[in-house]
This record gives sequence, structure tokens and C-alpha cells, in this order.
Amino acid sequence: MNTLPQQLANGLFLGSMYGLIAIGYTMVYGIVQLINFAHGEIFMTGGFGALTVYLYVLPDGTTMWIALPAMLIGGGLVSVLIAVGAERFAYRPLRGAPRLAPLITAIGLSLALQQAVFNWYPNAKNDLKFPQLPFGPWHIGSVSIQSGSFFVIIAAPICMAALAFFVRLSRTGRAMQATAQDPDTAQLMGIDTNRIIVVAFAIGGFFAAVAAVAYGLRYGTIKYDMGFQMGLKAFTAAVLGGIGNIYGAMIGGLVLGLAETLATSYIDGIPGMQQLGGGGWSSVWAFVLLILVLLFRPQGLVGERVADRA
Amino acid sequence: MRHRSLVILTSVLTTGALTLTACGSRDDGGDSKDSGKKTEIIIGVDAPLTGQNSATGLGIQGGVQIAVNDANKNNTVPGVTFKVQALDDKAIPAQGQSNATQLVQNDKVLGVVGPLNSGVATQMQQVFATANLVEISPSNTAPELTQGKNWQTSKSRPFKTYFRTATTDALQGGFAADYAYNVLKKRKVFVVDDKQTYGAGLAKLFKAGFTKSGGKVAGEDHVNTGDTDFSALVTKIKKSKADLVYYGGQYDESEKLTKQLKDGGAKIPLFGGDGMFTPTYIETAGKTSEGDLVTSVGQPVDSLPSAAEFIKKYKASGLKGDYGTYGGYSYDAATAIIKAIGNVVKDGKVPDDARAKIVAEVQKTKFDGIAGPVSFDEFGDTTNKQLTVYQVVDGKWKAVKSGTFNG
Repeated sequence: MNTLPQQLANGLFLGSMYGLIAIGYTMVYGIVQLINFAHGEIFMTGGFGALTVYLYVLPDGTTMWIALPAMLIGGGLVSVLIAVGAERFAYRPLRGAPRLAPLITAIGLSLALQQAVFNWYPNAKNDLKFPQLPFGPWHIGSVSIQSGSFFVIIAAPICMAALAFFVRLSRTGRAMQATAQDPDTAQLMGIDTNRIIVVAFAIGGFFAAVAAVAYGLRYGTIKYDMGFQMGLKAFTAAVLGGIGNIYGAMIGGLVLGLAETLATSYIDGIPGMQQLGGGGWSSVWAFVLLILVLLFRPQGLVGERVADRA
Repeated sequence: MRHRSLVILTSVLTTGALTLTACGSRDDGGDSKDSGKKTEIIIGVDAPLTGQNSATGLGIQGGVQIAVNDANKNNTVPGVTFKVQALDDKAIPAQGQSNATQLVQNDKVLGVVGPLNSGVATQMQQVFATANLVEISPSNTAPELTQGKNWQTSKSRPFKTYFRTATTDALQGGFAADYAYNVLKKRKVFVVDDKQTYGAGLAKLFKAGFTKSGGKVAGEDHVNTGDTDFSALVTKIKKSKADLVYYGGQYDESEKLTKQLKDGGAKIPLFGGDGMFTPTYIETAGKTSEGDLVTSVGQPVDSLPSAAEFIKKYKASGLKGDYGTYGGYSYDAATAIIKAIGNVVKDGKVPDDARAKIVAEVQKTKFDGIAGPVSFDEFGDTTNKQLTVYQVVDGKWKAVKSGTFNG
């Protein structure tokens, strides 16, 4: 059995999820040069928001065709509110402070959000069951696609295309590009940079919620600490693709997902590498790839070399 | 030389600790004079009584309570009334250690049953050993607790005050391999572990047992704890055409692995150790867990005729908690301590070196407990090596085979 097509598909699904989360890191960094380490937790709260809608808002037994959009809206709302709230109350007061201050704030916020969900969400100490799509899996040739993966493969390209149009064609999108290039000049030109920053956080939050719903559908459960590992991987994806560049985030995510999957499946087949292959080493190889890319292209795969803003 | 300085250091520290808390012990001493002619002796219990694992922990407390009630009613040790002092370790190792210190400082505590978790036990053993206080765990399964860090190559007992009535993980892998080959008739296994001491150890022993029987290992892989995406691994397992997956590790990863395995189209069962033996595993994996198997130490007390009366008493007494898993072993552990006390304490007179004498008596224990014969080998391990295979049947763990295994 040739497993390559299946492994490529696995990597693509995983990578799409990384990419969706990475957008949040990269947009915020592109505009305010802040690494929002709480983004992984914003992703997590999106999953819990969606689950709350399913469990407590919708009547029991609602079909997934109605429930799924409602969960996306509910999860998105929670994530966006938390992301925007974090910006307003945790990051904006520190905008003039040295770079390290907001970074530490972000780490603190991340812990606070995680503990809040752990302590206050009913039964959050265990994995919580996430509703599943009632169809699938499909088999195309030797590739089987589960219903959860089906969602991410549809949702990720739609989100990306919408974002690309928005940034390129809308007035706010162009204001965003301007703010990213030079916030002071943009402000002098009459752009409300505070509003632009809020929009960046909101979009990042919504994409994270979409990723969280995809996560729940794909793995069947969500947990209060799921944001840590996914956040770390997504941040890596953003750096790999070139942080600050939204296309880079998506490409970085896909490359990272594929690298992990292929490392799991094929490295231990190489003679002499048996000890260094398999699932336990997948992250190691992903980071080896990151180091190699950064050695030869410090700006990331599609990032542009920008003069450091002093 | 190094040993001697260590001994001096520990004794200085212990003396210091005892001096500092002398006030506490004196208060306790005051009560016993009022309680009449009988000497009061306390059996300590340490287990998680709140939070995670608390159902099982309360079952340990309940088991000990019933053993103590029986001893008092039957006047097993003349001149002595037994009492239970239960401390909550919340399944946190540091909390267990502080509880151990508290128990050691109370002169009336002559034996302790607990803890539930092997990780907690590692932090308590030294405290009890320094104070010469006997500790019997009804549930710890980590081999190194009794056989030392290098138990796979050279066994050596680290603490002579530590005993257990549950058998060790070292036997689970072999028992599972035996069941997989001879009962399930599986011939090609894919072995996965989480690289932790417990998981990797289990996987290694399973592999050894399975190949010894004549089975083949179709493939091997490792995962990281906290991983959620096993799609690449599932594809590998399918390609290997294995008819069974053995997983060494905890339920956190295996419940996701089994779901992705079956959703991915591999209709083969997952077999694991007692780290997976929890209702959460079935709740999370849902229907995909059907047919999966685990081994666990001991035998469910419900299936033992010798425990029928214990279960009746437990239910009648209104005690909370789950007696099914370790309640019987806790009863036997407490009974072993009580019997040892009976050989040391005569007419209610507690000799000065009672604790040390009790440790020696426990080592010599031999009686028929409610969960099987109770006696300890030279490492403090139970000689009763019972194990049980459980399988998910209609969304519940069902005991499918119990037996003894000697490697």
C-alpha cells in the first residue's frame, strides 16, 4: 500500500489548522510588533465557546447542519471578545512601554485564561467531548478523509481567500497595510491606528476560533490546556513562513504540518535513522527544518527583509 | 563515610522537625489519658480524598475504616482501641510528603495505609523510613518503589518500611502478551509507547512476552505526552497490517489514538495497561473504544467470595467512594498492620521501639485476606500476583479474565 498520498493529506489537514492559528500571531506582530503569547489560549477559549453554544444554548439534538454555524459564531464571538479585550486592557496601556513588558503580560494573560477555564468551566479538568459531524469518512483512492478533516480543508481556504481580499481591496485592509509599514506616518495620514489594531486582534481571534472548532471536530475532545502546544506550533509556523506576512503564516503552517507528518512516517525507514524517527521525533524534525530555513532565509519562507525599526 | 554523614544529617533533620512540632504531639497525648484504660492506636491513611482520583482514594479510606471497625469489635488486640486518621494528599506528591511528616510526628500512629499514586509514594517513602514507620500501599504499581531504580537489571530494596498489597507493572506487560497471543489469537502487533518510565516499560515487557510466545512485532513507534494528532501514526499502523495495537502509556493520549485509529479505518483493538483503565477513556473515545482492552493489577472484589461480607459492610456503613478497585486491598493492608501490632503491643503497653518491631512483624505477615493471601517477599511486594484483563463491552469496562502471572 502506498501511504504517501494519505500522509500528504494528513499533513495538509494538520498544517491548515496551524496556519489558521498562525494568522493571529502574524497579523498582530505585523502591526504592533507584539508576540501575543496568549493567542494559544484565545484559540482554546474559542473551542470552549463553541462547545458552550452546543451544550447550553442550542436545544438537545440539534442537527449539526444548524449547530455548526451557530458554534462557529458562538466560538468566534468568545475568541474575538477575549482577543479585543486583551488588546484594550492588557496591551494598549503598555503600548509605549519597553517591548518586554507586553511580552510578559502576554504570558501572564495566557496563564490566567487557562486557569480561569480550568477552574470555572464545568468539568474542565477532563477532556470534554466535542460534537461530531454525522457523516464520513470518505475514501478517495487510497486516501481516507474523516469528517473533521473535511471541515478544515473547506474552512481554511475560504478564510484565507476572504482575508486576502479584505486586506488587498477594502479600505480598512489597506489602512492595515499602511499601519504595518509605518504606524506614525499612517496616523499622520488620518488612519485611526487604534481601530486598525483592534481589527487585527479581532480577525486573529476569529480565525483561532475556526481552528478550535476544526480541532474539536478532528480530535473529538477539547481541553483547557490544548492552546499551549497548538499555540507554540502555530507560532513556529508563523516564524517559518515569515512573521508579519499573512500568506507566510498559511504556507508556514502547511510546511510545518507536512514536515511533522512525513517525519513521523518516513524517517525511521531510512537505514541508520531508525532511532531518530517516528512520532516521538516529529517535533524535533519540524524544528530542525525551522532552524535550517532561518539559517538561509532569516526572514522566513516568504517574508520580506525589513530594516529593523529602531 | 558518605553513608554515615547522610544518616547523621537525616537524624539531625528529623530531630529538629520533631522538636519543632513537639507542642502538637503533647496536645494529642493529653486526650489519651482521658479515654479510659484502653490504649488508643492510630492507623494513618493517606490518599486523594478530594479532586481527581478521589473516588478511588475514598475507597481506600473506607477499606481501612472497616478493617479498624472489625478489629475493635472483635477485640483483635486486647487493651487497644484503633482509630483512623485520614489525610488528603490531593494526588499531589508534595502534599503527600507533608502528610507523611504529620503522621510520623504523632506517636500514636503505628502504621499507615496509602498512598494511591506511585508518584506520591516516591515522596513519602523516605519520611517513613527515617521514622521506622510501616507503610503499606494498596495500589502503587511502579516497580522501582520496592525494587529500586534499576529493577530491570539489578533489584535492590530501597526502603524496608515500605510494603504493598498490589502487584507491580512489571507483570502487566507479560500478562497482556499472554492474553493477546493465546486468547485473542493475535499474531502481528504494532507497539506504541509514550517514552515515559511507565509506558516504555510496559511496552518493552509486552513486546518481550509477545515475541517469546511466537508473535511478530509489525512495527513500533513512540508519541509525546500531550500529543493530539496521531493521523500519521494511524496511517503507518494500517500499512503494517497489524491485527492489534499495544499502547504503553496513559489514557490522555490513548483515548485519542483509538478514536483516530478506528475513524481512520483500522478496525483493530487497542490494548494497554492500567493507565488507560478509567471510565474517562470510554467517555472520551465513545463508540470507538468498544473492544479495547487493558490489564490492571488485582482482581475486582465483586468477583471474590471472600470479600462478600466486606462489600456488605461497606454498603451498610454509608461510606463514600469506590471500594471496587482497591477497597479490598486496603482492608488487607490495614489488617496486616493490626495483626503486626497485636504481636508487639501486649496488654495495651506500647514498647519504646514499637514502630521498628512492627515493621519486622509486617515483613513476616502471612494470612488469608479478603482479596487473597497476604504475605510479602524480600522486597516488600505482595506474593499474591493477581492481574485482570478488562475489555470495553457495551460502553463499560468488563473483567474478562483474572489470573496470576509470574513472568
